[in-house]
Amino acid sequence: MTATVVRSLRSTLRFALILLALLPVPLRAQTRTGAPQRIVSLIPATTEMLFAMGAGSRLVGIGNYDHFPPEVEKIVRVGGLLDPNTELLLSLRPDLVLVYDSQVELKQQLERAGIPFFNYVHRGLPDVTETMRALGDRVGARPGAEAAAAHIEQRLGAIRARVAGRPAPRTLLVFGREPGSLRQINASAGVGFLHDVLLLAGGADVLGDLGKQSAMLSTEMVLARAPEVIIELHYGASLPRESIERERNVWNALASVPAVRSKKVFLLSGDEFVVPGPRIVLAAEQLANVLHPR
Amino acid sequence: MPAVSTPRDPGPARARHEAGRGPARRNVRGSLVGFAVLAAAAILLAPLVGSTAIHLGRVFDRSIPWAENLDAQIFFIARLPRVLAAALVGCALALAGVVFQALLRNPLASPDTLGVSAGASLGAMVAITFNASFTAFGLSPVTIASFIGSLGALTIVYGLAIARRRGASTLVLLLGGVAIQALLSAVIAFVQYLADFAQTYRNVRWLMGSLDVVSYAPIVAALLPLGLAFIGVAMLPRVLDLLSVGSDSAAARGVDVVRMERIALASASLATGAAVSLAGPVSFIGIIVPHLVRLMVGANHRLVLPASALFGATFLIACDLVARTIISPLELPVGIVTALVGGPVFLWLLFRRT
Repeated sequence: MTATVVRSLRSTLRFALILLALLPVPLRAQTRTGAPQRIVSLIPATTEMLFAMGAGSRLVGIGNYDHFPPEVEKIVRVGGLLDPNTELLLSLRPDLVLVYDSQVELKQQLERAGIPFFNYVHRGLPDVTETMRALGDRVGARPGAEAAAAHIEQRLGAIRARVAGRPAPRTLLVFGREPGSLRQINASAGVGFLHDVLLLAGGADVLGDLGKQSAMLSTEMVLARAPEVIIELHYGASLPRESIERERNVWNALASVPAVRSKKVFLLSGDEFVVPGPRIVLAAEQLANVLHPR
Repeated sequence: MPAVSTPRDPGPARARHEAGRGPARRNVRGSLVGFAVLAAAAILLAPLVGSTAIHLGRVFDRSIPWAENLDAQIFFIARLPRVLAAALVGCALALAGVVFQALLRNPLASPDTLGVSAGASLGAMVAITFNASFTAFGLSPVTIASFIGSLGALTIVYGLAIARRRGASTLVLLLGGVAIQALLSAVIAFVQYLADFAQTYRNVRWLMGSLDVVSYAPIVAALLPLGLAFIGVAMLPRVLDLLSVGSDSAAARGVDVVRMERIALASASLATGAAVSLAGPVSFIGIIVPHLVRLMVGANHRLVLPASALFGATFLIACDLVARTIISPLELPVGIVTALVGGPVFLWLLFRRT
């Protein structure tokens, strides 16, 4: 009888040990103290921020859209905003995951697995440095974050000072349209970090009254709003010279628009226009140089 | 002659043919004139209305240089092309809907049913996602790729028609079309999956439909396939009447069923492809307009086809007018308005009639 009980206790203990071993590693990570050492960032902006504050080496996983700095190319990619690969993410044993606020299901899964996460919310330009400082606090890299944020603020301040007092041209900031035509024009409309950058760089948003992050414009609206400057943003690699010329010429169809008449239609390329991270300074400088040439 | 029917043939087609004479023919003419007047009024009046107030006098004032005449530019660049595009697209989708419904003997058939619309959409998605940059005849890469996609789907549909010659039934044609549409939709989803955020946004917006074509080049380019499609459809009224009853019955009355079905399929598919590549997949027109017209004028295709073409044009011009003014200065995608306006009107007519 006693032997049976002992055997039963032994097998129960063995089962419990196996269960403990199989427990999700992150659950153990939750009990860790100190700064996170295995970070997964699903957001290009926070990935760049971590590198800027000197914590980039702690990244063990990044999002599919992270392409800067070049060091990220060696890091495992675990999906993006809409398609995070939870299994791969968990297998990396992260002790902190940086997620978009809208990734509700992923956050629930992380909570169930006991993995801490940093909730990324972004609204306007001031949020860039604010997020950087908060992230610095969270990962235990406050001095680096403070230095990087201060540097960004100083350079943005210099741009603001340079364009101060100059008349702000009414600008149409185009995020995208159908190549080779003026169909499906999507533009800044009064809210968001690019709208803020435009104002900082000394422009006035010609759709500022709409109070939207972006708006799809009809040709009639472009004609009626009569922007003095049109700036088109292209993401990714720079366009070839002939493509730039061809796409700029497309606007000539709207001959009455002041920007077209005065040849103030500009095409700018670069990922810094879509990533509200440390490189936002480069975006602001490019816009300021176009709106108010030195 | 594509369709042959002996003069002594009795039966419903003959009866309709007889009914097409005298007072009934005058009624047909009267109805068509009514639809034509409505369409003409829509084409003439719609460009006068929009989110910006314009003065007609300034629009046609040649003493003002073109580059300084905002009113003329709004009229001739922003409004007139989209009204003409709406007329063509509405006309084409409505005709395609009539043909598919009669041919497949299914009231739920539409220009989307056999996958041509999905083929056009796939072409557009590929062009957007892979940043196509080729242009030709003043057309954007998206428009060109969309039309190529529709031609690809049309080829598959035509293959189905050939299979039909070997004895496949209308049901097989219909189910084959549904399978092609599902397959193409899956490929569209895959291409969208490959797209980045900006491209995904543009893909989604393209799928909602837009008539803001900005220039006349896409309209002129669409005229060739649409012209061919309209010629094909012009051969069909009597054949569709007979095919609606059944292909055996049509064959018994001397219709070369295989040949006429191919003409019908090719015409309706070509019209759909040209319309979708011009404006995106504007929903509801192809299914609702034929039914609305039948509720108003009966089922005779000699009346239903031209009336649907005219009413399709009017309906889409009206929907686009609502789309570009209701939340002015912003616009709604026209596909949303066609469904929101068309659905309740259709239900009202349906229940009023029954």
